[in-house]
Amino acid sequence: MEASHCYDDPQIRHLNHPQPAESVGSTPASLKLPSHAPYLLLGGGTASFAAARSIRARDPGAKVLIVTDEPDLPYMRPPLSKELWFSDDPSVTETLRFKQWNGKERSIYFQPPSFYINPEELDSVENGGVAVLTGKKVVHMDVRGNKVKLDDDTEISYDKCLIATGGVPRNLQVIERAGEEVMKRTTLFRKIEDFRSLDKVSRNVKSITIIGGGFLGSELACALGRRSTESDLEVIQMFPEKGNMGKVLPEYLSNWTTEKVKKEGVKVLSEALVKSVTYKDDKLEIHLKDGRLVKTDHIVTAVGLEPNVDLAKSGGLEVDSDFGGYRVNAELQARSNIWVAGDAACFYDIRLGRRRVEHHDHAVVSGRLAGENMTGANKPYWHQSMFWSDLGPDVGYEAIGIVDSSLPTVGVFAKATAKDTPKAATEESGTGIRSESETEDTATSAVASVTPAPVVENKDDYGKGVIFYLRDKVVVGIILWNVFNRMPVARKIIKDGEEHADLNEVAKLFNIHED
Amino acid sequence: MIYLKYSLFHTTGKDTIIFVTKEDHAAPSTAELVEEDPNDPFEERGLILPNGEINWNCPCLGGMASGPCGTEFKDAFSCFHYSKEEVKGSDCLEQFRSMQECMQRYPELYPQEDEKSPSETPKDSESTDALDENSTSASDQDSDTKQANTES
Repeated sequence: MEASHCYDDPQIRHLNHPQPAESVGSTPASLKLPSHAPYLLLGGGTASFAAARSIRARDPGAKVLIVTDEPDLPYMRPPLSKELWFSDDPSVTETLRFKQWNGKERSIYFQPPSFYINPEELDSVENGGVAVLTGKKVVHMDVRGNKVKLDDDTEISYDKCLIATGGVPRNLQVIERAGEEVMKRTTLFRKIEDFRSLDKVSRNVKSITIIGGGFLGSELACALGRRSTESDLEVIQMFPEKGNMGKVLPEYLSNWTTEKVKKEGVKVLSEALVKSVTYKDDKLEIHLKDGRLVKTDHIVTAVGLEPNVDLAKSGGLEVDSDFGGYRVNAELQARSNIWVAGDAACFYDIRLGRRRVEHHDHAVVSGRLAGENMTGANKPYWHQSMFWSDLGPDVGYEAIGIVDSSLPTVGVFAKATAKDTPKAATEESGTGIRSESETEDTATSAVASVTPAPVVENKDDYGKGVIFYLRDKVVVGIILWNVFNRMPVARKIIKDGEEHADLNEVAKLFNIHED
Repeated sequence: MIYLKYSLFHTTGKDTIIFVTKEDHAAPSTAELVEEDPNDPFEERGLILPNGEINWNCPCLGGMASGPCGTEFKDAFSCFHYSKEEVKGSDCLEQFRSMQECMQRYPELYPQEDEKSPSETPKDSESTDALDENSTSASDQDSDTKQANTES
């Protein structure tokens, strides 16, 4: 293999830094951006990276070009609202390194710059590679001509193309209409730059309000809530639902979670609908529809994602009106030579039906699958992705399938001990579990079947368990509540798609009383 | 010692809540699971496919097959996999040397460890690229949750 000196030239490895559009002009005349990429991936996030890796694994010597409008190389999003906030390192906003559960440190970037090759080298490199073109937006797609056009009028043709452009955070209309002073004190949280700016804000203001009660909003609220214990930062979280994760968790669990979030130092305002936001006396005033008034210094909106379908019109691509995003088949294909993966893909799940999923693992699974299919595999979406959330040291769960709180649910719980938390699950503990119910004197002796008994209102009882979400008597979603390392069982149950007469029997498969 | 069991059953309309003790769950489950098809073409696979070939897309390999030394890695590992020598892989020295040479040029990606045996798949180096450390892996053998390293 020819040793190319380009690989080792540190001056060329500047991919980590923002590249303004003007820098294209400074490229030496002999090195030009490729006009053709056998594999062209639009978007530089998790799905794209997973696809790139899949393509390279399956097609020896594949030449893959990723085009992203962000200045950054592909990185993982979950730590931006979790681990990065818990870092002790004061330079974390620069390094973007975090400590994983196993104590090992890593960067949020999937790979360091040396993994990638320069876009200019893509044509000439013998064994191919992955190149990332940063700071470029794709504005037009010509499906018949198999090419795209960038915002600097460059055209790139392709053999196979993946659209993995994700989306942009939604905003509240009332904020958009509220004027400049409000907008500049509002963060729409999604990217590295949002993490950096929110971190800075959190050190310089007295009060932050998060609008949104879902995963992102709750995670950020808990992260900032923890910070509030060290400073006098006030952290408020408001949302229309009755409790945190109200659209995901059944009401009793949502209420329980809300209490935990409050314990993390967050002032939670539920059933809160924002009527208007104004800027007055150097404060933001949030007027709620029920008359409540909240004064704060900064707003973070976490009210969902608007999937990016910018190329639908020029590309003649179908958009799904129910779920948003590009409509693709079970093999993630939109049209000839075009696949879609990640947040922007509304795909057909042959087990669970048409859906669109906005989770990290789905981006990995769908990106990998798209990469396989772009190299000839023709496999449908089958390996069900999962997701997880931690809200402080006491509440951690993993979930799979459709977990919509409007579905009927069956929750099977054991009494939790101190061992059953995300924190404890990773620590070696030698103590045995002694469930209190083993020694309590209760008059009732039970049988295998369920016996109605007086309801015990015990706030601690949702320590750990498994919750089944049902659709037409079939389990379509499962949450593992403070129970870890059981995802394969959950995945199997969803995959089978069987009707189970007694879900308590199914729950036994999870051994919720064990570690 | 008397072990008393109780179950608690409660329903709030559409949401059913059941509390179970260890005893309640002591008897083996009667839930029936569908038998697995080992040759299901849709299933994600581990490192070795049912037909004996190497699954280069296995999450357990991390970025090894896809990085700048991907070709060298595949050559070396393939050679080892199919080697019929008594000392397996002894006929693959050339390929392993090429792979080593390539990897030495990217110390950031392939941290140099002593005594790295060819049959080991990487676990902790950057080449695992965390794609699967917080996500699902292909098969049940692979660790599967956010809290475990990818392991083959």
